[in-house]
Amino acid sequence: MFDLTGKAALVTGASGGIGAEIARALHAQGAVVALSGTRREALDALAAELGERVHVLPADLSQADEPAKLIADAEAAMGKVDVLVNNAGLTKDGLVLRMSDADWEKVINVDLAAPFRLSRAALKFMLRRKAGRVINIGSIVGTTGNPGQANYCSAKAGLIGLTKSLAQEVASRGITVNLVAPGFIETPMTDVLNEAQRADLSGKIPLGRLGVPKDIAAAVVYLASEEAGWVTGATLHVNGGMAMA
Amino acid sequence: MSEIADKVKKIVVEHLGVDEAKVTPEASFIDDLGADSLDTVELVMAFEEAFGVEIPEDAAEKITTVKDAIDYIEKQKAE
Repeated sequence: MFDLTGKAALVTGASGGIGAEIARALHAQGAVVALSGTRREALDALAAELGERVHVLPADLSQADEPAKLIADAEAAMGKVDVLVNNAGLTKDGLVLRMSDADWEKVINVDLAAPFRLSRAALKFMLRRKAGRVINIGSIVGTTGNPGQANYCSAKAGLIGLTKSLAQEVASRGITVNLVAPGFIETPMTDVLNEAQRADLSGKIPLGRLGVPKDIAAAVVYLASEEAGWVTGATLHVNGGMAMA
Repeated sequence: MSEIADKVKKIVVEHLGVDEAKVTPEASFIDDLGADSLDTVELVMAFEEAFGVEIPEDAAEKITTVKDAIDYIEKQKAE
């Protein structure tokens, strides 16, 4: 099950904790992977770890013309992109009353507009092949909201709308578009929490622990697989039961 | 028939998998040739690629028949 041998996957934000684990998991299932991100060194290190069947394609998705270029580069490097994982994202937190237009736009641009542009570019090729998988990485806060993250929550909620619309537009061609919505995941950001804070956070999660990047990667592998061919427009919540949307 | 017309016809036949005889100038992509809305978008992209022209969205919306496509491309090429 979930064999991805012969498939080509592009993962954006692959220099981050979750993105790197998604790339590792797709690669472990046999896929050729293209790693994109802004930090070349981190991408090179991951590529060295994976060894074969890997390409490094740095890109700055805050630039409007970069998504189309990245898809063209990935098509050139791998001969195709069967699986597009829109994982790259950033945060610029602040309460709305103090949030600048710049911080609003920056987050909407990278977290919502870039996935739109990447999907648009990739779908041109997927339509011709009449096959493909687009997997957007959202967030639990796209469903629940979160004070201090209005820009990020709006972008992640927007991704759900993008996922559902696009899923309907391309379903007749055998292309699926889905979203994985992670809950609280162990990352360098959560490492700074003390024991009491950690216990408090875990107490809010029915399954009693923070998530790990592997939890998210497994969901992506499933949606990328042939076996998930009848799933489209879905939001798969992977959050330890914290929000049952 | 012009070279452009021949090429347009060929693209339509290939893309929609229809009988060449059905691809008359008056044939509507959707009503006569069984295309869905995504097919028409794909056809426009195929025309853009094959002829090296850009077909903006408002123009693309008006291209509903084989003749519409041929006329638009011939006009672009003449300019």
